[in-house]
Amino acid sequence: MAEPMKIRATLQGDVADVRVLMAHPMETGQRKDASGKLVPMHFIQTITAQLNGKTVFSADVSQAISRNPVFAFKVKGAKAGDKLSVTWQDNKGEKRTDEVVIRAGS
Amino acid sequence: MHQTRRSFIRAGGAAALLAAFGAALLKPGRALAAWNKGAFEAKSAVDAMRALGMANAEDSKAIDIRAPEIAENGAVVPIDITSSIPGTTSISVFIEKNPFPYTGTFDFSQGSVPYVHLRVKIGESSPVRVVATAGGKHYTTVKEVKVTIGGCGG
Repeated sequence: MAEPMKIRATLQGDVADVRVLMAHPMETGQRKDASGKLVPMHFIQTITAQLNGKTVFSADVSQAISRNPVFAFKVKGAKAGDKLSVTWQDNKGEKRTDEVVIRAGS
Repeated sequence: MHQTRRSFIRAGGAAALLAAFGAALLKPGRALAAWNKGAFEAKSAVDAMRALGMANAEDSKAIDIRAPEIAENGAVVPIDITSSIPGTTSISVFIEKNPFPYTGTFDFSQGSVPYVHLRVKIGESSPVRVVATAGGKHYTTVKEVKVTIGGCGG
């Protein structure tokens, strides 16, 4: 089971600034381990973000995304207290979804 | 017994390969909810853009790429991309000198601002090409990122 994501969603006006940190090795399939064997590809392929259950942002990505990926994006029409969830799925079919409540900006 | 198993595996592998190829041929361009294997496995940015139907992208100054000019650590290069083209629905990123240049597509069509921050691996100094899609048309701009490889980076 994959480690939880760290998600921060803070309002700036009616736009939520979202930052997500995912725990994932993002193996490219080109790196060799200590014994000289290639480490098989293992990387996140799709990311979806939902605001109160409605998809607002999505991405398809490759193994060129850095290990323990960080993404930031901005969601329109959000209010404090809204629920924002992020889901990723990797090339082995593993999935993880985490949810946060959007906070009012300072 | 062993023979049967071997040929079974071989037949299965060939069928899977064929299915993957078929899917790539039948679906040029970006289909929602289908990870574009053909584009992701392309070995040049031009081929990847062709697989995504973006080969005819025109140059634009309305796409802002913020990335370090010189990145000391190619394993983690932060990039901020903003499109000010009205109606931008997606942004795609290609790191031209990487073994597989197509890095990803970010879709804003359903309620996010055309901005994304990502962190990527860049194997050697390379142009980073961004394609923004708006109203079915593609616009592109490019930024060169130099990568210092080797131990003297710090």
